[in-house]
Amino acid sequence: MAPLLSVKNLSIGFGKDDSVVQDVSFDVAPGETLALVGESGSGKTITCRAVLRILPKAAQIRSGSIHMQCAQGPTDLVTLEERKMRDLRGNQVAMIFQEPMRSLSPLHRIGNQVAEVLWLHGRKSEAEAKKEVLACFERVGFPDPERTYSSYPFELSGGMRQRAMIAMAMVAKPQLLIADEPTTALDVTTQAQVLGLMKELQRDTGMAMILVTHDLGVVANMAEQVVVMHKGRVMEAGSAEPLLSTPAHPYTRALIAAAPKIPAAAEPQALPSREDLILEMTAVSKTYSMRAGKGWKAPSLIHACRGVDLKLPRGKTLAIVGESGSGKTTAARIALGAEPPDAGGTVVFRGREGSDAIQVHQMDRTARTAFQREAQMVFQDPYSSLSPRMRILDTMTEPLEIHDIGTRAERRDRAAEMLNTVGLSRDMLQRYPHAFSGGQRQRLSIARALMLNPSLLVCDEPTSALDVSVQEQILRLLERIRDQQKLSYFFISHDLAVVARIADEVAVMRRGLIVEQATPETLFHNPQHPYTKALIAAQPEPDIHRPIDLKLVAQGAGSPDDWPEQFRFSGLDAPPLVPLEPGHKVRCHV
Amino acid sequence: MEILRYALYRFGTMLLTLWVVSVLVFVIINLPPGDYLSNQIAELRASGQSAGVAKAEFLRSEYALDKPLWQQYFIWVGFLPGPHGFSGLIQGNFGWSFEFDRPVAEIVGDSLWLTVLVNLAAVLFVYVVALPLGVLAAARARTWVDYTSAFVGYLGLATPNFLLALILFYYGHRWFNLPIGGLMDPAFEGEPMSMAKVNSILIHLIVPTFVIGTAGASAMMQRLRANMLDELGKPYVETAIAKGMSPTRMLAKYPLRVAFNPFVADIGNLLPSMISGSVLVSVVLGLQTIGPTLLTALKTQDMFLSAFVLMFVALLTLIGTMISDVLLVLLDPRIRYEGRDA
Repeated sequence: MAPLLSVKNLSIGFGKDDSVVQDVSFDVAPGETLALVGESGSGKTITCRAVLRILPKAAQIRSGSIHMQCAQGPTDLVTLEERKMRDLRGNQVAMIFQEPMRSLSPLHRIGNQVAEVLWLHGRKSEAEAKKEVLACFERVGFPDPERTYSSYPFELSGGMRQRAMIAMAMVAKPQLLIADEPTTALDVTTQAQVLGLMKELQRDTGMAMILVTHDLGVVANMAEQVVVMHKGRVMEAGSAEPLLSTPAHPYTRALIAAAPKIPAAAEPQALPSREDLILEMTAVSKTYSMRAGKGWKAPSLIHACRGVDLKLPRGKTLAIVGESGSGKTTAARIALGAEPPDAGGTVVFRGREGSDAIQVHQMDRTARTAFQREAQMVFQDPYSSLSPRMRILDTMTEPLEIHDIGTRAERRDRAAEMLNTVGLSRDMLQRYPHAFSGGQRQRLSIARALMLNPSLLVCDEPTSALDVSVQEQILRLLERIRDQQKLSYFFISHDLAVVARIADEVAVMRRGLIVEQATPETLFHNPQHPYTKALIAAQPEPDIHRPIDLKLVAQGAGSPDDWPEQFRFSGLDAPPLVPLEPGHKVRCHV
Repeated sequence: MEILRYALYRFGTMLLTLWVVSVLVFVIINLPPGDYLSNQIAELRASGQSAGVAKAEFLRSEYALDKPLWQQYFIWVGFLPGPHGFSGLIQGNFGWSFEFDRPVAEIVGDSLWLTVLVNLAAVLFVYVVALPLGVLAAARARTWVDYTSAFVGYLGLATPNFLLALILFYYGHRWFNLPIGGLMDPAFEGEPMSMAKVNSILIHLIVPTFVIGTAGASAMMQRLRANMLDELGKPYVETAIAKGMSPTRMLAKYPLRVAFNPFVADIGNLLPSMISGSVLVSVVLGLQTIGPTLLTALKTQDMFLSAFVLMFVALLTLIGTMISDVLLVLLDPRIRYEGRDA
């Protein structure tokens, strides 16, 4: 069959610099999915944008052709005049972007933004367009299409917004859909559902798809053809099955090796000993009250954390896993004393073995300063957690200055030593953060957190903003430092596979409640709770023979009212956390 | 419906603010020792003119200036009966100007609505000029269009208003035969409204509008340009292009709509800054606005007159902010639905 889209020898560059995309060729057959895989900076996004010619102003297509079998015959998209290109966009070739939060205008109703595609391409009257949009909304899974039509984007959750984006792309029934990291900003369970939806729609309409992603797990679940890109060049291309099972190129092999996997059949392991606890949270709850819209109504309460009990033994890693809004970050903030728990909750911290226990939320000024030396945090986004106006040296030595430790020279030496520890060199001290890549910045964040020689490190999704191969390096670094410096980690993540690797104990959280708690081995070997099962099932893996089980995902990730009898509850009336066997607790009725 | 309720609520808070402002104005005006009359009495005593003293004493009791300050305030506003029953601001009696020896209402008279007119014209001018230029400068950022408009804008910002006024008068008169000074032909002053009078006022308005508006317009233009540039980098702009929208239509529908918020929010700021900024211009151009009156009243401690003018300016400002608040709620669903269950 003749390919729908045929990209030949495409080269794109900025200004006078070397091309960022060099000599890229691939074909997309009708009804087929092609995955463009690579890390950030590989040129995959530029390549897919070149198809629609929505490149940054400074970028130019230097050579090559992009031929498409359009409705009106074969066309070269590189030389097509702008006006005709406009008719093509949204109509025959549609696109979905990475950030559903920001890809919709906040000031226009969803219905208006979606129906606009039909208005623009002038095929429908307003009433007809609305009818079609409503049908499309229903198809992508909005329970109440009419209501969605007149909603604003900020009234929808991230997953729902991405569904709206998909509806926008699908409503004109394009022949080709370009999806640029469509699920990267979503939770695993939402990601699984959105991917399932895209696949279903593709089967219904027979459109072709270009899927741009860095996640080989997503590729294995979605694509028939794969193009692996690195530094603007195609490393390897071919059918998904052989490429993923027997990769030929070393770069592909490295990518697959770096992808985090859930261990297939692990043996249950005993819990670490619980004698010397560095951190102990007991009955920690946190309730926020939201100001109600109408002044005379009682404010609505949001239960961010409910009755969380956690124990972190010294030198170990305790992980909390959950989707956004599950309360995992709130729990970490309370553990660090950044926020007080509701009355009745206590957090006890023992900085060094045998030292006095500190009540984290009843400290005076001096105790708090001392506590801050012992407990530090590594943040999620390495781009915004380092001040762009401070040299690395100043950022690194600031904690020492605050706590008045050492002379200038000593602080400097300590900073250099820490850079060494995290695998950077000391001559980087004079640079500013913008001179570093994402992975290097996260190393800097870790180095800064280590400056005070703490005993507890709270890591809030430290790798979720990074490429897989970089994620692998950061995790290895964190493990090495933990073992060398006898650190304890309180680790927060939405990614089970990451947690599986680093944690000694995992607590799965959902809507403020811990639903299951065990060692990672037990959790993956013998998950009990439907939500845990959903999380595991939703994890995309670079194995084409292990597709995401959407039924499991839908069941567990749904509302607690729909869980199987044993686990079901509604409202705040949750069953207790019951120990099944030593070290394995599940929230269920007994 | 919801919007109507909000507008009512906003009107209520405006009245409350106005009341607070009235207290402040009254207190500030009475801060300097003495008042117009006691100063005059002292002066008359020193020069031995007892007849004048008697008249001044009479006026003092007539306007309750011999009462304690808090009573004076309540009488002035009209919450308490004065020597002649309830007769304060809320009853429509603006007081007596001692300096001009006439009722305040008579002195400010025409200049009240002329002030409103001049400033409205200036605000309109600011918007009409800044909107297209700001959008154009952003859409053609870092090209000669952008640089030229920025250059002209900075010239507008940097030129002192009164200098601009003099230059415009000279050349306006020379080339276009525009009239010099005033807001209408002297023949129409005090005359009832007629087509000819309206015409005369409109022609006289050209130069003052331009003079008062330029600085505001160039500042507004730069602000709009910066806002637009921020918005142009947002992903939803890319989404719109990927839908197949033409650049012009996309620009008008999406980024402009978002960048419009600060634009609207500025109405509230614009009015007071224009009124206080136009005092000097009004003096130079000989406009019959309220500015020059305020200046005289403040200099001579003519308390009722200055208090009234200050209250009037405050009222204009409050109305401006109210309008911009209501408009913002109309324009931005994020503000409208704040606190609504999602």
